[in-house]
Amino acid sequence: MTLTQQLINLFASLMLLIAFAMLSQRRVQSLIYLFAAQGAVLALNTVVVAAHTGQKHLYFSAALTLLMKVILLPWILHRLIRRLAIRWDVETLINIPTTMLVGIVLVVFAFNLTIPIVALAGTITRSTLGIAMGSVLLAFLMLITRRKAVPQVIGFLAMENGLFFAATSATYGMPMVVELGIALDVLVGTLIFGIFFFHIRETFDSLDIHHLERLKER
Amino acid sequence: MNRFALFWLPQLMATALALAAAPLLMGWINQCRAWLQNRSGAGVLRPYRVLRKLLHKDAVIARRASVLFRLAPYVQFGCMVLAVSIVPSIATDVPLSRAADVIALVGLLALARVFMALAAMDVGTAFGSLGARREMLLAALAEPALLMVFFTPALMSGSTALGTIVADIAEAHFSIYPSLAFAAAAFVMVLLAENARIPIDNPATHLELTMIHEAMTLEYSARHLAVIELAHALKLMVYFLIGIALFVPYGIAAAGDWHALPLATLALAVKLIAAGAGLAVLETVSAKVRIFRAPEFLATAFLLAVLGMLIHFHLESALPAPEVRIESAP
Repeated sequence: MTLTQQLINLFASLMLLIAFAMLSQRRVQSLIYLFAAQGAVLALNTVVVAAHTGQKHLYFSAALTLLMKVILLPWILHRLIRRLAIRWDVETLINIPTTMLVGIVLVVFAFNLTIPIVALAGTITRSTLGIAMGSVLLAFLMLITRRKAVPQVIGFLAMENGLFFAATSATYGMPMVVELGIALDVLVGTLIFGIFFFHIRETFDSLDIHHLERLKER
Repeated sequence: MNRFALFWLPQLMATALALAAAPLLMGWINQCRAWLQNRSGAGVLRPYRVLRKLLHKDAVIARRASVLFRLAPYVQFGCMVLAVSIVPSIATDVPLSRAADVIALVGLLALARVFMALAAMDVGTAFGSLGARREMLLAALAEPALLMVFFTPALMSGSTALGTIVADIAEAHFSIYPSLAFAAAAFVMVLLAENARIPIDNPATHLELTMIHEAMTLEYSARHLAVIELAHALKLMVYFLIGIALFVPYGIAAAGDWHALPLATLALAVKLIAAGAGLAVLETVSAKVRIFRAPEFLATAFLLAVLGMLIHFHLESALPAPEVRIESAP
């Protein structure tokens, strides 16, 4: 194995590790740090792939990832939880060991799912596609198991990280226009979610999204 | 005669060194913890003094104690001595390392644990059985995690014999193995749980409601307690040696190369000192978790070990590196 491939494998493993850490993390603030760390790993991975393949646009997308997912979005989220005064919030999660076991099953499923795709792909990063898929599924799992609004949004953003990673592994990234569009979407989405948080809290005095199930039209 | 002696020399050296150094390692960790907590500490030789003190006392044994109670410390000690002999510490090819592979090693550790738990329940005091139950709860969770940790390096070298695994890893040229890193992290977590270290149990506490390991040994005194303490120190030594053998075996003497033994011993000592200091740091920065959080802790260890194995299958044992094919930029 070449050094590049070893580095890519290392970053891929870190992605998966961070995805699992997010799944089991109770504190909102630590969740945001983990999200930033995942963004940093993603940016580093993209730089390594860019250096190896000589694809110029990957440098731009790495810079974009660094700017958006390591600096801007975590900053917005930190500001949000400070304004919402839920910085030290601890969420009660039901049965973390079970969630983790389900996560392992999901990862095995993702690995198996990507075997045919990996066989067809010719990129150096192809073997990490399974891990990218696993990260997406783990983010899904996080979306399902969380009750509070802010962790759900972080799960959503983590899913986007996983998709970006999948795009890098399968086809050396998406076209620049698409990437820019997604970055803008994610940014605007987070801002809108921020406004939603305040509305949800104003209506229900809590950020528990289970209250939303009782919404009825009069 | 000469060949026979050369054959057993590394084994004897390894076992004797481990036996002699186990209390020293314990003392070194305690000393490091004391320094980190701004205390002056009792010196690295304190465990030896405790052992000497205990050996000079008269043993007090409960009237209802059965023969199991007297036997258990020696069984535990014997298991630990055998375990420490099996793990290759200074040479990859020690004769006894062929006696058992990693799975048997886990079984050996389990045997010692079962005897301790039975002995703790034997006298019938509340604390004894409480400690035994807690120990078994942790053990049931730690054992699968430990086995999973072993499987990743075993898959890499295609053998469950520790000697072969260590020789394989020590000789391989350096490359990054994420799967081994995962297994190492899981192993450290199992080590903490199995040796009654801080996130799970406090080795310095004598508060009955929180202790796990200490609760089992409350009924013991004098020479029995001394043997138990020594076995406890040896157990920590076994885990340290396993960790060093699996994850940083560099410097270990190759098979038959007994001129390298002094250097290997020196390397091992340096690694043990560093690992002991690392454990002390880890214990100082973390707080003890509630006992009901322990399953979560060990489930995380299990998860990391399984992830290591999955990653090994998916990334490292996969197809050979594909030649780079650069598609035209989109």
